[in-house]
Amino acid sequence: MRFLLQRTAFYLFTAWAAITLNFFIPRLVPGDPVQSLISRNQGRISADAIESLRVLFGLDSNENIWEQYLDYWGQLLHGDLGLSFTFFPTPVSTVIGDSLPWTVGLVGITTIISFLLGTALGVGAGWRRGSWVDGLLPATTFLSSIPYFWLGLVAIAVFTGPGSFFPSSGGYEAGLVPAFDGYFIPSAIKHSVLPAATILVSSMSGWILSMRNMMVTVSSEDYITVAHAKGLSERRVALSYAARNALLPNVSGFALSLGFIVGGTLLVEIVFSYPGLGYQLFQAVGYKDYPLMQGIFLIITISVLVANLLADVAYLLLDPRTRKS
Amino acid sequence: MTISPSSIEQVIPGQGAMAQPSAAPGRAKRRRFRFVANAKAATGLVILGVYCLFAVIGPWVAPYDPDARSADVLQAPSARHWFGTTHLGQDIFSQILVGARSVMVVGLLAGVLATILSILIGVTAGYIGGVPDEGLSALSNVFLVIPALPLIIIVTSIVEQASDTLVALIIGLTSWAWGARVLRAQTLSLRRRDYVEAARATGERTWRIILFEILPNLTAIIASGFVGTVIFAVMSEITLAFIGISSISSWNWGTILFWAQGQQALAQGAWWWFVPAGLAIALLGTALALINFGIDEFVSPRLRSAGKTRIRTADGRTVRMRVGFTPVLAPASRPVPAPREEVAP
Repeated sequence: MRFLLQRTAFYLFTAWAAITLNFFIPRLVPGDPVQSLISRNQGRISADAIESLRVLFGLDSNENIWEQYLDYWGQLLHGDLGLSFTFFPTPVSTVIGDSLPWTVGLVGITTIISFLLGTALGVGAGWRRGSWVDGLLPATTFLSSIPYFWLGLVAIAVFTGPGSFFPSSGGYEAGLVPAFDGYFIPSAIKHSVLPAATILVSSMSGWILSMRNMMVTVSSEDYITVAHAKGLSERRVALSYAARNALLPNVSGFALSLGFIVGGTLLVEIVFSYPGLGYQLFQAVGYKDYPLMQGIFLIITISVLVANLLADVAYLLLDPRTRKS
Repeated sequence: MTISPSSIEQVIPGQGAMAQPSAAPGRAKRRRFRFVANAKAATGLVILGVYCLFAVIGPWVAPYDPDARSADVLQAPSARHWFGTTHLGQDIFSQILVGARSVMVVGLLAGVLATILSILIGVTAGYIGGVPDEGLSALSNVFLVIPALPLIIIVTSIVEQASDTLVALIIGLTSWAWGARVLRAQTLSLRRRDYVEAARATGERTWRIILFEILPNLTAIIASGFVGTVIFAVMSEITLAFIGISSISSWNWGTILFWAQGQQALAQGAWWWFVPAGLAIALLGTALALINFGIDEFVSPRLRSAGKTRIRTADGRTVRMRVGFTPVLAPASRPVPAPREEVAP
């Protein structure tokens, strides 16, 4: 329990750091971003909206930085992330709310599958060290060195086209309304196969390698020799003795590298024009839509923190030692 | 795009398998190049060397000006244009050669910066301990958990047309945390070793202990962290260029992909436009990863995929060698029943 409390405290601290960072980033923007927005949307922005944007960007010179910071927190706690420039005048929270399920569905599920599958394969490769499986390791290295987005480009070039089963972009067929029905769900699944496969291929090999190395390290421990000497079946020694212990560093590694993985997978959305957070971030960057960029960064960070907390719970369940102390 | 978790960190705690003063003084000379003898590391170093060479001479040996337009619009690879041409008739082979410099410079610069930061923060935290350690560890953990790439994208997009140096600075300042964490863990275990205690007892200054007693034993970890950061930096830079945030007026492989994507190279079937750049990136990433494996295996010999494990015994059976086991190879005249799972039928 203590372990979990410590971790939660740390994640709260990290969330605070991220939010504070998010507060300062727009204040580094040179010039007056609101002015450039106004000149781009000549006459289409009301005076009220301009004033609220100035508050958001800290251009309101009547307040000192501390008051601005408190105001920012107040806005945030009300779920107010400002108005998006791209989809003006839609609030950022609405834009994010629309695209978050897509990202959670695609990136979340594929990341977990890739971890489980990679770990399972790594157990096999580590246990059978020195067999033909070792020959496959350089190939996995090569696959993991390919940028996700480039693999996505190749996948589009090879598998899509006129008459192909796979669509090349989007999250569902144009004309369908997002709903849980017999038309929308199959279409959404069909659109997610290629992006998911792209993420799987390039992210899995990292897990295979780290799990293999842990298995190799663990399988020369004395307790493994003892387990063999007791005459336990090979399967039991491999899974219950070696893999269970080798898994622990892999789970904590999973938690730590989530930030990197999520960053990479967001790019797959860009290539496939998949309507998730990554694609929104791409559009926001194109339009210099700072409120949307900040909002997306905040949501991604908080999701990663929650995922980290879940990974810690998993660690707690896997390692009895953390429960005792 | 991910930094594959190095096994080094996992080997550290209390194992003592690494960082032990290895070479006897008299044999130091012979052992100096042992690292290169590792096939993986050697392959990686050779490929990396070729990339470095092209980074230096690329712009001079490029057959065309990468910006020059010509009448050969969207041509497939041919003898005149090895990697084909773009929609403006620019030579893609030249663009790749010229772009190598930017990629390598950003990768190495960011790698050096992040490595210096990780040494400063990680070793200080590990050696000094106490409150500074708590603070520095929390700082590096925060940087580790916050998704780096979105942060880099946002910070870079604030700057109009970010230059290579600036991109390298931003990447370097955000990607030191992993190295710092690993270095701190290893410094913690080195700090209480006898030879460090001895140095402290003889009254050596703290900076001297850190520089001459601790740091040399961290070389492998520092090297591996550096290589990992370079991979991440190269990927990030190419990503930034691909989504069009950093300056698109200078050439790197991300810029090529940016134009290919923007001009619908896929829809027009112009595979030569994006395949060479992607392969160049993947090959560079592979070379760096191979060097890292070499370092890992050099430090922790168990990880080597050591040659033949199936051995034929004198009486014609095969035995599979396994880590931690010493199979008894019985003479043919007196066969010893081996455990079932070790004998192939």
